[in-house]
Amino acid sequence: MSPEAKKEKKFALTLPAEELMACGHLACQGCGATLAMRYMLKALGQKTVLCIPACCWAVIDGPYPYSSLDVPIYHCAFETAASTATGVKAGLEATGDTETTVVAWAGDGGTFDIGIQALSGAAERNDDIIYVCYDNEAYMNTGIQRSSATPYGAWTTTTPVKHFKNRPKKDIVAILAAHRIPYIATASVSHPEDFVKKMKKAKDIRGTRFFHVYAPCPTGWKSRPEDTIKLARMAVQNGYFPLYEIEDGEKTTVNLKLKERKPVEDFLRLQGRFRHLKPAEVAAVQAEVDARWERLMRSCAG
Amino acid sequence: MRPRKAKKIVFKSAEEMPLMICSVGHQTHNLTGAWRNIRPEIDLERCIKCGICWKFCPEPSIDVVDEWPVIDYDYCKGCGICAEECPTKCIAMVEERK
Repeated sequence: MSPEAKKEKKFALTLPAEELMACGHLACQGCGATLAMRYMLKALGQKTVLCIPACCWAVIDGPYPYSSLDVPIYHCAFETAASTATGVKAGLEATGDTETTVVAWAGDGGTFDIGIQALSGAAERNDDIIYVCYDNEAYMNTGIQRSSATPYGAWTTTTPVKHFKNRPKKDIVAILAAHRIPYIATASVSHPEDFVKKMKKAKDIRGTRFFHVYAPCPTGWKSRPEDTIKLARMAVQNGYFPLYEIEDGEKTTVNLKLKERKPVEDFLRLQGRFRHLKPAEVAAVQAEVDARWERLMRSCAG
Repeated sequence: MRPRKAKKIVFKSAEEMPLMICSVGHQTHNLTGAWRNIRPEIDLERCIKCGICWKFCPEPSIDVVDEWPVIDYDYCKGCGICAEECPTKCIAMVEERK
């Protein structure tokens, strides 16, 4: 390309240009959760209220009176993200505001373990909120403790190498699908266009909408900060974290169909938390991923 | 480049504090560029303006100025995602010189 033609060329923006997250926040280098927040706000716009329980984002946002986000935030107790969002939505509706989107933004601890009763209650009442769980697979904020989102074989400070976690990850999407809520989707920070598209779709649906977002954490996964996007992309491409959506608890659509899945081993070897795994244990992880993929394909077919 | 007010808000007494819990400013006084020990440098000769560095910056400290990517070194934490993801590898991570 000639230098003149290059000068004329537009900078390719594949996402909305509006930036509602400011610099100077307190996330670690290469944080996946900040990317997830950035993409979500790009999709939802300024008319959004966030309810954030104790999680990494409660810290990243910054101490009072500052905030890194251009939208109102409500910091609530750990177990109450969904019920607080329900209350905020009811309050907004009482004042006649039906446009504003209310988002509960919780980590995997606040969704899979501590917040699951509030989430289940909100889903059962079908309250008009979006619940986003950014999943970094442990309690990263308090110092990498095991959560029920931690996958099989992973090291954490409470599951040391000698006694690594020997149970698989909880299938939160299946739990939410059993509530028959209007919309459930999984998303990954490595596929932001897909994430923004789903978030815009969810914005126009009424009722409880749930997002499970894969957000790598270099600090807790003992991976290099520059590998954040690479790890998230590998997880999607080897079927470890498939991208799909479920409408009304029944209609499953896989957004990224994989003809050939890559072996899970390359993905595990990039992370220090899986360094101790022996070939037999890697094969166990692969078998689990294969079984999960088969299950997804079956639910997709009928 | 977007205007950034790098100003710290100081309340001299309790009376000055706002009564309502509300955000009164960004965290932009917190210059996170000090965390960095390697810095990304873009070789604009080889840049194809694909927008991938802008898309994947977690700060976000890559701005678009006259259709070119420009890094704001006041806030870049030096994670290296832009250099890793750049399809033409035109972003180099070089050691910070003090």
